[in-house]
Amino acid sequence: MMTSRERILNLVKANQPDFLELPEIFPSWKTELSLTESFSAILKTIGGTIVQLNNLEEVAQYISTQFGEKGRIISTLPELADVTESGWKNNDPHEYENVDLAIISAHFGVAENAAVWITEELMHQRAVPFICQQLAVVVSAKTLVPTMHHAYDLIGEADYSFGTFIAGPSKTADIEQSLVLGAHGPKSMIAFLLP
Amino acid sequence: MGTTTKDHAELSDIFNKDEDRVNWHDETLWFVRAKRDKAAHYIPEWEDLRENASQIKDNVLSNLSQYLISFEEKAQKNGIIVHWAADAQEHNKIVHQILTDNGINRIVKSKSMLTEECHLNEYLEHNNIEVIDTDLGERIVQLAKEAPSHIVLPCIHKKKEEIAELFHQHLGTPKGESDPIFLTAAARIHLREKFITRKAALTGVNFAVAETGEFVVCTNEGNADMGAHLADVHIASMGIEKIIPKRKHLAVFLRILTRSATGQPITTYSSHFKKPRPGQQMHIVLVDNGRTTQLSRPDFRSSLKCIRCAACMNTCPVYRRSGGHSYHTAIAGPIGSILAPNLDMKEYADLPFASTLCGSCSNVCPVKINIHEQLYKWRQVIVKEGYVDSKKATAMKAMEFTLSNPGVYKTAGKVGRWFMKHLPFTVNNNINSWYKQRDMPEVPKESFGEWFKKQNDDK
Repeated sequence: MMTSRERILNLVKANQPDFLELPEIFPSWKTELSLTESFSAILKTIGGTIVQLNNLEEVAQYISTQFGEKGRIISTLPELADVTESGWKNNDPHEYENVDLAIISAHFGVAENAAVWITEELMHQRAVPFICQQLAVVVSAKTLVPTMHHAYDLIGEADYSFGTFIAGPSKTADIEQSLVLGAHGPKSMIAFLLP
Repeated sequence: MGTTTKDHAELSDIFNKDEDRVNWHDETLWFVRAKRDKAAHYIPEWEDLRENASQIKDNVLSNLSQYLISFEEKAQKNGIIVHWAADAQEHNKIVHQILTDNGINRIVKSKSMLTEECHLNEYLEHNNIEVIDTDLGERIVQLAKEAPSHIVLPCIHKKKEEIAELFHQHLGTPKGESDPIFLTAAARIHLREKFITRKAALTGVNFAVAETGEFVVCTNEGNADMGAHLADVHIASMGIEKIIPKRKHLAVFLRILTRSATGQPITTYSSHFKKPRPGQQMHIVLVDNGRTTQLSRPDFRSSLKCIRCAACMNTCPVYRRSGGHSYHTAIAGPIGSILAPNLDMKEYADLPFASTLCGSCSNVCPVKINIHEQLYKWRQVIVKEGYVDSKKATAMKAMEFTLSNPGVYKTAGKVGRWFMKHLPFTVNNNINSWYKQRDMPEVPKESFGEWFKKQNDDK
């Protein structure tokens, strides 16, 4: 008996139209704004916060003054070890449910939509940037690219297990189109924009 | 039309009983459409992007068998288990079997219109498996025991006071508390408990890449990620048309999807699932369920290019004023009306007629599907196959006779104007279905033909 796989593939092959070539894609980016200006402006409109600092020491300082002893703070960045919890890694992902702030880094950011690209090794565990109450991402202004086309040029053939673009905090407008930040994931998202 | 179900016009009557609600629905969706325009205009190369997206999808349909084989091979290499389902029934059985094999009887699910199309929830519940929808809008309609009325905004037909009452009954929130921030916070606490305790998560798929075997799921709430990253078993259900050739093509689709849907530059999360995390099972179910039949119809196959952004619904003057439930199918609106007759021409014979053919849907479609032309073509197929209802068939025959006989046409116009002027109750009544929800226009003194003749005679 023919399997569903064979049946479906046979039907697709019999019914698909004559071959059509893939188009060329020509990305363009026309704006007066610089990459940093665009990234910052768009992140604000989608509910995120931009904090421009000079280096990771300043990030550590910002965290200790703004968040201090408040709640559980974890980070994948060794430079922030002094202001974050130690020994939090290698736990069951459910265990991060009470994390108040997670600070991770991104490979790069995209100016046209304020998304940052993060793969599994930068999160330690996939659940981390979603389960935390607040998320902070360290991204360098040097890494900003104009559009998603440039973003995928950078990603290239990278062999990640899991990767995600994150743009702002988790949100919903399902109740009468009223925008509410913090649906299931982080209620706020800070981008620490370094030079 | 089925004898047991109401058709689009009858269901629209129900929605139209509450005029304030219809006006709110209409204006709110138009507001979303306006946000789409603003987002599109922000991208100077928007029209080039639409053309790119359309051509990539044309290529996908023309080479789908190869892409499916390549996707399966790569996904398996990545450690994902691939299943094939010929129809809804087989899809539901596969999902059920995976859960049974793992001894799981409670799951969380993020948005998947395919599982709506397959009636997966009913099937699993019938087999004693609890399904919790985790998208806020979907959870709301699930508590109300309703279907989503919109593919992106599932409970856009509901007012916050009704949601407050549902939450009061099911989640124990204070009676009458209808602040959206409060209600969302209550849902967050309610659903966090589900994410933490459920061992299996089902998600949909926005795009699956043939080149790499990865699939992308887009949400604003983060519910697909919360479910998948905490579960031991992740099942992703996708229609076979969700394939795209290469990873770099994601750039085109992620640029247009959310701008077309809600006017956002991108969803909050665009997650690329390539391999299961250590110890996790990841399954993909590839579903046909009529798609290969639609692929065989030259006039209608391009409907398979759809990326489910709902721009055609938000812009549609009929959808906005009749509500998603009036379409009695999982995917409402213009695109749903060209997809549904493929699945059951008799059951959905009414849907291609639920349109003014204004063409606004085709104008906003990010992958350039000629939606309004297909609606028009479906009408002809449906009439030819004899599935049109008797009232419409009689009216159309009368119209054909009138329009093909100039003498009859002129007389009919005169008679009509006379009746509307002197005996208005003969048209302003509920026997005339045009009169429902509308006021008849003021009667012109003369026809255009008469006016034109007079203008020329005066010269």
